[in-house]
Amino acid sequence: MNQKDMQQIPELDVAISSRVRFARNLESYPFSTRMTRAQGAEILNKVKKAMFSDKDAGFGKEFTYFEMNSMKPLDRQLLVEKHLISPEFADGKAERAAIISKDERVSILVNEEDHLRLQCIYPGMQLTEAWKRCDELDSRLDEKLGFAFDKYSGYLTCCPTNSGTGIRASVMLHLPALAMTGYIKSILETCSKVGVAVRGAYGENSEASGNMFQISNQVTLGQTEEEIIAGISNITSQISRQERMLRDELYKQNPNRFEDRVYRSLGLLQNARIMSSEESQKLLSDVRLGVIMGMIPGVDLKKISDLMLMIQPAYLQKLAGAELRPEERDQRRADMLRKNLGVGSLQ
Amino acid sequence: MICQQCHMREANVHYTQIINGNKVEMYLCSQCAEEKGKLTFSPQLSLGSLLWGFGPGGGADYPGIGKQPVLRCDMCGMSFDDFRRLGKLGCPNCYRVFRDNLEPILRRLHGSAEHTGKMPARMADEIKTSNELKRLKAELASAVENEQYEKAAELRDRIREIENSGKSGGV
Ligand SMILES: [Zn+2]
Repeated sequence: MNQKDMQQIPELDVAISSRVRFARNLESYPFSTRMTRAQGAEILNKVKKAMFSDKDAGFGKEFTYFEMNSMKPLDRQLLVEKHLISPEFADGKAERAAIISKDERVSILVNEEDHLRLQCIYPGMQLTEAWKRCDELDSRLDEKLGFAFDKYSGYLTCCPTNSGTGIRASVMLHLPALAMTGYIKSILETCSKVGVAVRGAYGENSEASGNMFQISNQVTLGQTEEEIIAGISNITSQISRQERMLRDELYKQNPNRFEDRVYRSLGLLQNARIMSSEESQKLLSDVRLGVIMGMIPGVDLKKISDLMLMIQPAYLQKLAGAELRPEERDQRRADMLRKNLGVGSLQ
Repeated sequence: MICQQCHMREANVHYTQIINGNKVEMYLCSQCAEEKGKLTFSPQLSLGSLLWGFGPGGGADYPGIGKQPVLRCDMCGMSFDDFRRLGKLGCPNCYRVFRDNLEPILRRLHGSAEHTGKMPARMADEIKTSNELKRLKAELASAVENEQYEKAAELRDRIREIENSGKSGGV
């Protein structure tokens, strides 16, 4: 099962997900910095109309509309945990909506920092696929809405750091071996020198965030979309290769220690009664590594990524159907992990 | 921005820490971040502070600041000073009004100030036409210079044709 998983989705052993977002604004409205509520509502209506009430057959059919201020905070938080909206977007300010595709791969955020943020997220290393889907949506919406564009500065965005293509291409990488050995530091420093941003913590902190690192472009102007996508693909592939080599090397050096770490973490997940979010991230990172190295036959990568979502606060509360205090969450989290990874549940 | 740890040096690192499941964000100088041993990379901030001139005397040499009268966008009312404070613009028209002042900033941010990527379909035609005209006019000039009058006449007709089709077919 996990072999099949890994064959279907490119580079899933290191690349968790690939994301592309386009920043776009309507020509005849001020940016969010200078916008009135009435203008915000107008923009929202225009986008809604372009998506849902146009004659184009099937265009909006695959999308669902979520108005932020009529959603419960917990439901908004859930969208954040699924990476469908940004944390800032979830503060529930009026005139904000997210339009999300049924497969949850595409989301359109209306009235974030820019009037529109088109975002597409794919599992594994699939930046080109994500970009093409965004690009298609962008062209169709541009016909209806007329995005602000200037031949010098390209697509005009609220913050000049995004103008030009308006593209942010990012890949989330799982780098336990590079983090464990400290090699991550020099790699991240090199990235920042070539204009590639890395988000994620190293040191003790990298474990608490599950050894996840997000690699993305900083430059959006003066390069074509193809160049940006190719650049980020290239650099993430190089990092992934290093990570793979190091995983094998670590195993070869001391198989017993490697296995001990993985099985010890699995043991905790299978038995603990109280589990914090940070601890479970750290343990799941080890178990994920173990799954890839073929050490845990009953578990596949799909299950690990589901669990990484399910351990988050809003998801747990949604599952429980109630708001939970932090201590209750830690208990529920432990229960849920035991149920999914417990000795009885495997195979 | 000043480092939130030592309150002395300039912050150039965006530092994030997760405490009890809550994300805590701080702006630190690289020394303090290094000491904590939990450096988080977000080079955007260092670019930002470089750009908007948080440091002593920063930003003083930007065009349009100080001596000249206040430059203001006629659509949204934002001044270039507002932009420097916020780091964000007010409307699409700001890009046109502040073009000369923005150019060095865009260049510093992106290494370039000229868009080469995708353009809206409607613009693509317009820009293609204007590039074509530019090319034809250059050809015409060299034809005249080389006394190729027949070719020059042909080029002149072609240019007129494009210019007229733009007028009638435009709106
Ligand atoms: Zn303006």
